Amino acid sequence: MRRKGKRNPESKTKTLIGFEFEKPISELELKITELRDLSARERLDLSSEIASLEEKLDQKRKEIYAHLTPWQRIQIARHIDRPYTLDYINMLMDDFKELHGDRRFADDPAIVAGLGLFEGRKVMVIGHQKGRNVKERTFRRFGMPNPEGYRKAIRLMKLAERFGVPIITFVDTPGAFPGVGAEERGQAEAIASNLEEMSLLKVPVIVVVIGEGGSGGALGIGVGNRVLILEYAYYSVISPEGCAAILWKDGAEAPRAANALKLTGKDLVKFGVVDDIVPEPLGGAHNDYELMCKNLRDALKKALNRFEGMSEDEIADDRYNRFRKLGVVVNGV
Amino acid sequence: MSFFGKPKYSKILIKKKDIPPGLWEKCKSCKEIIHKKQLEENLMACPKCNFLYPLPSAKRIESLIDEGTFVEMFADLISADPLKFVDSKPYNVRQEQSLKKTGLKEAVITGWGKISGLDIGLAVMDFAYMGGSMGSAVGEKITLLIEFAVERGLPVAIVSASGGARMQESTLSLMQMAKTSAALGKLRRKNLPFISILTNPTTGGTTASFASLGDVIIAEPKALIGFAGPRVIEQTIKQELPEGFQRSEFLLEHGLIDMIVERKDLKDTVHFIFDFFMNNKKKLKKGNNGKGTLKNLKLAKSII
Repeated sequence: MRRKGKRNPESKTKTLIGFEFEKPISELELKITELRDLSARERLDLSSEIASLEEKLDQKRKEIYAHLTPWQRIQIARHIDRPYTLDYINMLMDDFKELHGDRRFADDPAIVAGLGLFEGRKVMVIGHQKGRNVKERTFRRFGMPNPEGYRKAIRLMKLAERFGVPIITFVDTPGAFPGVGAEERGQAEAIASNLEEMSLLKVPVIVVVIGEGGSGGALGIGVGNRVLILEYAYYSVISPEGCAAILWKDGAEAPRAANALKLTGKDLVKFGVVDDIVPEPLGGAHNDYELMCKNLRDALKKALNRFEGMSEDEIADDRYNRFRKLGVVVNGV
Repeated sequence: MSFFGKPKYSKILIKKKDIPPGLWEKCKSCKEIIHKKQLEENLMACPKCNFLYPLPSAKRIESLIDEGTFVEMFADLISADPLKFVDSKPYNVRQEQSLKKTGLKEAVITGWGKISGLDIGLAVMDFAYMGGSMGSAVGEKITLLIEFAVERGLPVAIVSASGGARMQESTLSLMQMAKTSAALGKLRRKNLPFISILTNPTTGGTTASFASLGDVIIAEPKALIGFAGPRVIEQTIKQELPEGFQRSEFLLEHGLIDMIVERKDLKDTVHFIFDFFMNNKKKLKKGNNGKGTLKNLKLAKSII
């Protein structure tokens, strides 16, 4: 678990795990460091050269991040240092008590949930949780829930509903877990029930796609009155790799599939699947946890405020109508 | 003999004149030769071994709904192509080809009719149209049907045969899962029964939405039903899956469906269940005005 604030002060200028498309940036960064070293060693005044290089670096960064392909965005959404649900909970909530278990079979660590205090409000917070090292990742099943995760989530959403507490969910999963046990215990039924039950909730539900919005596994906690997405996060019906394997018969065509699937925030807003995009720090949330949290805090406050003074039925109807509109059909001949 | 030249022994062709093409078929399962007409009359179930072939949606409706009572609704709705999706061919070309191949405009037929005299809303998916996949139009038609049923007070049955959400419409397909499930939430609140009928195959986003939300869930024998496809699971767990995994019988054993019903018995079963749940409240007087309860309470006290 991370402490409050920036994860790594260095990461603001240095990408810990560089992507291929960030190569020009790291090259410039290296040059600047070299010049700095040289100026310190030789007591030369190179400040104007360094300043011009830094300006160039800044420009290059903006340029690269403004023109990312969908596939490159997916790399950022999957970045190992990207803040996960518990990071946001730690940084955004003034207090948090985690609750566990579906009361039927098990507790699923791939979904975390609990009672949170956010900006003076009580909220039920629920989200997919990934792990950072091998041990954590295995424990969290790479953020891929079993049916128990979805059943825990809906149990706690209904609990929140009974006491008039709004719900915030953080979506970050490659998908629901495809395993024998998951099938035996009704993975499909668990997700389906959540879709129906969430649509009926009489408290506001705010959904934020913070990383990967992997298909039904994401939607299983994603039926919200407002659905927000972080700038570099994605939401798709299938992973680009899976789509490429089926439609192009070649998993290596994933970048093409990523293009075709229109899975970025901008596209999703256009189709009404997502209501708003939360801006990320330059180069991705992992570069500046503090700034990311500030942006997300503002967006969440704004989203929650919309439902002040609305009646229970109005809130449920609002959510029904939101999803009722989605899809594009025509009258064929 | 030399007058006729060299006899052409090698040119003799054996023509299968005794089995005209299209009239007979070898059963995929028991390998017996079966008469096609007989197969069709038997609702596409092998008369020898009962192996189930896909039943086209129109035939399915015929097999469930009283003759001449089915009214198709929302028949002209088809998915648009807002993503301009192109894989090996453009999505709209795929749509046209599917129409030509199957005569269907979309992967579901929706409408209402009588099942042994009882009015019901019915949706039947057809795997032949793009693998029965759910895009905007399938979701919209099913949602409209459910909303119609809510308004008219009709029970609903949906026969599923689907590979899941349609990739060519990406998240818009995904959202149909939420839309259809939310509509079923309204149906449930109105105390109208929903029977989900699962046929081979029903997987992915269809299973993870309306198909799993039946008040009663019926499956045809040996149908493949699941969330993740068997190949994906095998790749994940790196093990071969046991025989019968994700088949109807497996689901019944694990408590995920109510019953397995043969195709020929489906109409009677569905009618029985709807008839069982419908129109009971009119016959029953509500409560007992609390009088009985009070008496019992007094009695209990006197015992103490």
